[in-house]
Amino acid sequence: MAELSVNLAGLQLDNPIVPASGCFGYGNEFKDFYDINILGSFSFKGTTKEPRVGNPTPRIAECDAGMINAVGLQNPGVHAVIEHELPRMKEYFHKPVIANIGGFSVEEFVYCCELMEQQPQVGLVEVNISCPNLHAGGTNFGSCADSAAEVTRAVRKVVKSKPLFIKLSPNVTDITEVAKACEAEGADGLSLINTLLGMRIDPRARKPVIANVMGGFSGPAIFPVALRCVYQTAHAVKIPVMGIGGVDSAEKVLEMMLAGATAVQVGAANLADPYICKKIIEELPAVMQKYGIERLADLVGKV
Amino acid sequence: MEFMILSNQPIAKSVYKMVLAGDTRGIKAGQFVELALPGRFLRRPISVCDWTENTLTLIYKVVGVGTEDMTQMQEGVKLDVLTALGNGYDLDRAGDAPVLIGGGVGVPPMYGLARELCRRGIIPTILLGFNTIDEVFYEAQFLALGCTVYVATADGSYGTKGFVTDVLREENLTPSYYYTCGPLPMLRAVANATVCSGEASFEERMGCGFGACMGCTILTTQGHKRVCKDGPVFQKEEIEWQS
Repeated sequence: MAELSVNLAGLQLDNPIVPASGCFGYGNEFKDFYDINILGSFSFKGTTKEPRVGNPTPRIAECDAGMINAVGLQNPGVHAVIEHELPRMKEYFHKPVIANIGGFSVEEFVYCCELMEQQPQVGLVEVNISCPNLHAGGTNFGSCADSAAEVTRAVRKVVKSKPLFIKLSPNVTDITEVAKACEAEGADGLSLINTLLGMRIDPRARKPVIANVMGGFSGPAIFPVALRCVYQTAHAVKIPVMGIGGVDSAEKVLEMMLAGATAVQVGAANLADPYICKKIIEELPAVMQKYGIERLADLVGKV
Repeated sequence: MEFMILSNQPIAKSVYKMVLAGDTRGIKAGQFVELALPGRFLRRPISVCDWTENTLTLIYKVVGVGTEDMTQMQEGVKLDVLTALGNGYDLDRAGDAPVLIGGGVGVPPMYGLARELCRRGIIPTILLGFNTIDEVFYEAQFLALGCTVYVATADGSYGTKGFVTDVLREENLTPSYYYTCGPLPMLRAVANATVCSGEASFEERMGCGFGACMGCTILTTQGHKRVCKDGPVFQKEEIEWQS
């Protein structure tokens, strides 16, 4: 009997499959396709202190084996999430959920994390310091080790009872430097990678396809980059890693785990195929059997 | 859901009609489907033109690589399709003399809607707008439903010269309600040219097509909404037309 469960910094997951933030809303749209309680967990839409309308449209550009998005963290704000989304979610998702927090200042991260710390439904807090689509003040906290450390230190003070993960950007010189800085400030784990900064141009209009000009590139095309980042990071830190980037099959889940991921997030693939996480979870036992794996957790970091 | 292509033929300049066999349960007028195309990452949202219990008719215009791929697809090819997406039109608001206004590739959803209204004993008046005679399609199909049909072309090569709003004015039409689909300038012009209430179907570049990614958004009087999930049909009165 294949054993799929993993322990993610104290949070027990029935399996390592976790839909990634921004690709799964609050789960509401996917519950109409399948019972989302089969998931390990999911990371809900990136949440900020104030409601955000996001960027102008078009926000989406298709690419070979992937897509670029510049949604710009459209979300109803942390208070609406607590008052409306979490109670509604309780009716169709009965496992601890991952709260994904975005922000424009250290204070904003702290404000939202403090509120999430108090939500019984939240099993883990994932702080996104790496959204490529935000330019307010030009700050991307994930772009250097010092600012990543500053955010981690501040949110660690308010996230006391739940695992704290920091979501890292691949758009840096050395991701392990940022990772080590977060670990040193008390992060319980790391989620990586966020999207790669990308761009498309419409040659007929001679204009960028995306109104925001640039956006985050995701999808199967980025899998080798994501896998490399997970491998480097998992070897550089002692805290667990959630692998994200281009995963769309059970085989790629195994690769991510072998590279050092304890759990694996599935992002853009959910948008192309709403059933993809269900398919991966159903495929896993057969793929494990194919490679002679009894416990999925035994794979973590074996390469 | 799996569908199989029964036919796929050009019916006007750059416009193709694809008929597929599959389970059409739950489909309503004004909804769309999403086709997974081999080798393309994102699905293609295509409005539903017509359907029976086990066939689905789509009319699509070649606007990019995906729809270009579709023109090459042969009978018997199987496609993965998400069906019954979006809200669709509210037929209960039609009144006794609705007008259906379609512009270009916005014409197809008007056909399924007209057929459903006729089934309820409401015979709508049809206004179709195209750029030029080569692009005109489906006039005969609407006539076959028993509808009065007006066609306008921007260059005057067929029907009334000008836009659908010129027909509205010249024919002194006083509909009970309107339904429309077409390019944004047309939707805006129709909203301005009508005293009655109505609803319009919008288009936006989509990521998922089922409400998850926040890729398509539209400003309404109740804030930003998702074109794919909260729409694509919105009431005339709830749209911020200036934006």
